[in-house]
Amino acid sequence: MEITILFAPLVGAIICGFGWKLIGEDAATWVSTGLLFLAMLLAWVVFLGFDGETRQIPIMRFVESGSLSTEWAIRLDRLTAIMLIVVTTVSALVHLYSQGYMANDSQFRTGESYRPRFFAYLSFFTFAMLALVTSDNLVQMFFGWEGVGVASYLLIGFYYRKPTANAAAIKAFVVNRIGDFGFALAIFGLFYLTDSISLDVVFEAAPVLAETQISFLWADWNAANLLAFLLFVGAMGKSAQLFLHTWLPDAMEGPTPVSALIHAATMVTAGVFLVCRMSPLFEFAADAKTIVVYIGAMTAFFAATVGLVQNDIKRVIAYSTCSQLGYMFVAAGVGVYSAAMFHLFTHAFFKAMLFLGAGSVIHAMHHEQDMRNYGALRKKIPLTFWAMMIGTLAITGVGIPLTTIGFAGFLSKDAIIESAWGAHTSAGDFAFWLLVIAAMFTSFYSWRLIFMTFFGERRGDKHTHEHAHESPWTMTVPLGVLAVGSVLAGMVWLSPFFGDHDRVNKFYGVPTHGEVRHAATTGGQGDTVMIGASDSHDDEGDNAAAGDHEGDPAVAGWTPGQGAVFTHPDNHVMDNAHQAPKWVKLSPFIAMAIGFVTAWVFYIGLPGIPGKLAAILRPLYLFLLNKWYFDELYDAIFVRPAKWLGRFLWKRGDGNIIDGFLNGVALGVVPFFTRAAGRLQSGYIFTYALAMVVGVVILVTWVTLAGGSH
Amino acid sequence: MTNADFQILLPEIVLAVFAMAALLFAVYTGKDKTAPMLTWITAAILAALAVWIGWNGEGTNAAFGGMFVDDAFSRFAKVVILIAAAAVLVMGEGYMAKRNLLRFEYPLLIALAAVGMMVMVSAGDLIALYMGLELQSLSLYVVAALRRDSVKSTEAGLKYFVLGALSSGLLLYGASLTYGFAGTTMFTGIVEAAAHDIPLGLLFGLVFILMGLAFKVSAVPFHMWTPDVYEGSPTPVTAFFATAPKMAAMGLFARVVHDAFGGVTADWGQIVALLSVASMFLGAVAAIGQRDIKRLMAYSSIAHMGFALMGLASGTEFGVQAMLIYMAIYVTMNVGTFAFILSMQRDGQAVTDIGALNQYSKTEPLKALAVLVLMFSLAGVPPMVGFFGKFYVLQAAVQADMAWLAVAGVIASVIGAFYYLRIVYFMYFGEETDPLDHAMAPAQWVFLMASAAIMVLGVVNLLGIEGPATAAAAALVN
Repeated sequence: MEITILFAPLVGAIICGFGWKLIGEDAATWVSTGLLFLAMLLAWVVFLGFDGETRQIPIMRFVESGSLSTEWAIRLDRLTAIMLIVVTTVSALVHLYSQGYMANDSQFRTGESYRPRFFAYLSFFTFAMLALVTSDNLVQMFFGWEGVGVASYLLIGFYYRKPTANAAAIKAFVVNRIGDFGFALAIFGLFYLTDSISLDVVFEAAPVLAETQISFLWADWNAANLLAFLLFVGAMGKSAQLFLHTWLPDAMEGPTPVSALIHAATMVTAGVFLVCRMSPLFEFAADAKTIVVYIGAMTAFFAATVGLVQNDIKRVIAYSTCSQLGYMFVAAGVGVYSAAMFHLFTHAFFKAMLFLGAGSVIHAMHHEQDMRNYGALRKKIPLTFWAMMIGTLAITGVGIPLTTIGFAGFLSKDAIIESAWGAHTSAGDFAFWLLVIAAMFTSFYSWRLIFMTFFGERRGDKHTHEHAHESPWTMTVPLGVLAVGSVLAGMVWLSPFFGDHDRVNKFYGVPTHGEVRHAATTGGQGDTVMIGASDSHDDEGDNAAAGDHEGDPAVAGWTPGQGAVFTHPDNHVMDNAHQAPKWVKLSPFIAMAIGFVTAWVFYIGLPGIPGKLAAILRPLYLFLLNKWYFDELYDAIFVRPAKWLGRFLWKRGDGNIIDGFLNGVALGVVPFFTRAAGRLQSGYIFTYALAMVVGVVILVTWVTLAGGSH
Repeated sequence: MTNADFQILLPEIVLAVFAMAALLFAVYTGKDKTAPMLTWITAAILAALAVWIGWNGEGTNAAFGGMFVDDAFSRFAKVVILIAAAAVLVMGEGYMAKRNLLRFEYPLLIALAAVGMMVMVSAGDLIALYMGLELQSLSLYVVAALRRDSVKSTEAGLKYFVLGALSSGLLLYGASLTYGFAGTTMFTGIVEAAAHDIPLGLLFGLVFILMGLAFKVSAVPFHMWTPDVYEGSPTPVTAFFATAPKMAAMGLFARVVHDAFGGVTADWGQIVALLSVASMFLGAVAAIGQRDIKRLMAYSSIAHMGFALMGLASGTEFGVQAMLIYMAIYVTMNVGTFAFILSMQRDGQAVTDIGALNQYSKTEPLKALAVLVLMFSLAGVPPMVGFFGKFYVLQAAVQADMAWLAVAGVIASVIGAFYYLRIVYFMYFGEETDPLDHAMAPAQWVFLMASAAIMVLGVVNLLGIEGPATAAAAALVN
């Protein structure tokens, strides 16, 4: 069943990409869509029936080289199961949505065939993403990691006649390359130190890595911290975290379904998934985790501020995505991986819906993306309006404070904010305040989007407004399904993701105390390395019991790699978060309310304010509008020097020196000798005899001087 | 003078007796009318001898007190020589007949030359060496001038003869110096005299002998005759010059330096290396200026001899093995290439200008493809077999700490690639000209295609040539 889930999209991609000429465009695209729905169905079956035990399903031998020996296998645990449903569900709905959205694309000429290509890319992307999340070793994960990169490149640049789309595709690829380099270095490092790339082996070795020093560049580092940091660099690239975020807004050049699938719900969350997957390593890398918290918090804040002033509807949502990813990293960084996964899970629903809703708006408005040309669309496209409304309620975190009733984002975002507070570290406090402020901004820009699009006066081209129309069923049905998820996902799955300790452990298949003791007796964890067992203060009983087993005492949660996520026994952040004071729990709600009211005042109550404010705070406004000038900065620091160097090496190095040398030799020196040889070949026998005699003289002289001496 | 000695010498004796008997037969019967028949019979006998020697030979046998040596090395060389000679006879028969050149002496002279070459590669003594060499050379002088009514052909024969006499003089001078200082003409004796410390006189003898041999392999600066003789001789004779005698001369070269001067590899190694570099570069550079494909092939063969000498220059067993493999590949390539050159005609007239190949691929795609393969192989483009020949000799040079020689070889082969690729360029992208004739003798077609096929298929394991070459090198170097 798992194998079917993994390969159904690949089969769809192949049939659709290569077979559409045989079976026709419509059939090909519907085959790939159908296979995705099959995968989705099976994924839900797997998720709901999953007992939490980690299983490996081998597919084939993968790499055999020296001490490197790996199988291509599916690793099925709770993390994988969650990702399976997220990926397949969103992907299936996006496939369906694309049937409507891509039906008549003005980017392509009439009669030109582009849909099968689009669906093949979508399906191929899904396969790569599934390969990533089901991987059992790091190389396999890297395969999926790069596979989604390629698919993303192809899809962002899908409108290949648009120069901006091509530029955006290249930018996404190049920026990701920096992250991928970090990831690759981390894989090399892990293989170097553990002689394996299998996740199980790496997890078990994590405590040892925490005590290992490794030389890298100019200094010695703690191995666990260094490797975790490098992994995080990879995650930063894929998940568009601060400094490597610049590609994500530009990636909106791709068709909107692509943005929904790749740049909201799946690929960009791969970084978060990676950190959660490698939780056994991160738990032993305190410094790396601190960096993750800082970067995540700053990204959440930065992206939210930029989102305040953007006018392109897709860019607003793109920055919103960037910001929400920052939230997830904060949760992972403070050690509550479960909360990160929770937000990833709920975010996939409402963010995909917001994107698809935006796509529906854009579709209705004939590919107009500037919100300043929208307004009063509530009546024209009611279904889309309600869908966007639900999405906004979810992302801004509307719910009843101090209860567990609310939209999906309410529960998951609050869980993260409470976790940040519960960390009780300076990084955690920093993150807490930034996230609360970001929540306020989130609320503001989300409502701003709604108000500008659906309320107020009609702006922009009158003709376009008159022709605005509701989208076909293929586009509205996915919106409806996602709306259900956005409303309910949080409430239904709160307790497994962020409930009490034992409930969460059970969900993730982390062995309970009794099981571990049993495993220890049977020698299952005999080689587990123990660290600071005596420091453990919450498991007194276990310690005593474990002590009976001569030096191989395994304590609950002490064995990295047991269960889908691992939390260090000293890690009580989640429990702390549950005991957070009321003001902490209320703060995100209050921030949200402030954001909503401000947005209402600015765009419904007194629509004149934003313009005046922008005029008064012009430098700040420009700073935000230009995205903190990151692109300009990178252009000055990296792009232009690189271009200059390239031009220099091309014109001077290659053109003048290499070509010049070769051309000189080929057109000057060699022909000269050719002519000389031709002249020597006079045809006269005495010339030939002379040459021979000269040869004799030279050789005899040379041998006498050089060889005859001994 | 025992029966056993003659047993060892039997193939040579059979061939020599056949040649003389056939000569008598032809003189007293139909003279030139018997020529086609004699050509085929000679070719058949040469081929049969090749099979016989290749199949039957075993171990190392010395005859006449070591003057004549039959070992794996000589057998390897003899098989290559005999097959090449037979192939050239077969594919040139039609050409000669058509131009009224097919005299009955032609196949017999080739047979006698083959006898000389077989003695050369088996020589274990300076006298035997010279006997074989002169038997071969005299036959070749005559066949070069076979077209008696052509100025070019007689000029070629005369030039070859005069310069050949000069080189023979050098060789004999060296041989007498060697005899004077070593006190013997036997290689086994010379190698003892030149075991470690070589007297200056012996060194001079060595240098002069090498120069005489260098003339035969047309190494620079003793190469000057090659382009003129190649151009002036009838094309089948040119094909013969480019194949069998080159193998024989290289074999003799290897035999002399290893059997007679095996103790002083460093001394002759540098001379050979010098000859090698000069040949590779001159062959590559001078060929660029040639529009006549026969002259072009002459320079090509000079460059190729440079590469073969590179293997020899390393002075190791592996070097000899590399040289043998290189020569076998070289001979195969040249047989195919000359089969094609023989077929180059326009309105029945032989054409040798490479401009005539313009747009050849349009009219003859298959043949053009075969020539393309051969040209790539001659240039040493992977994955053609020609590349592996070069690869072996380069490897031998590197292993013998002669990296500079290998680097020079690579540079020379880059320069040389130009004129091979130019032919390909003409065939595929050239300007429109009058097309060449379609007709091609079946024998030529077979050799062209077989040679091209070997260049591609030989990639698998060089068609098993490595084993015999290893054995041959082991027999020579010990």
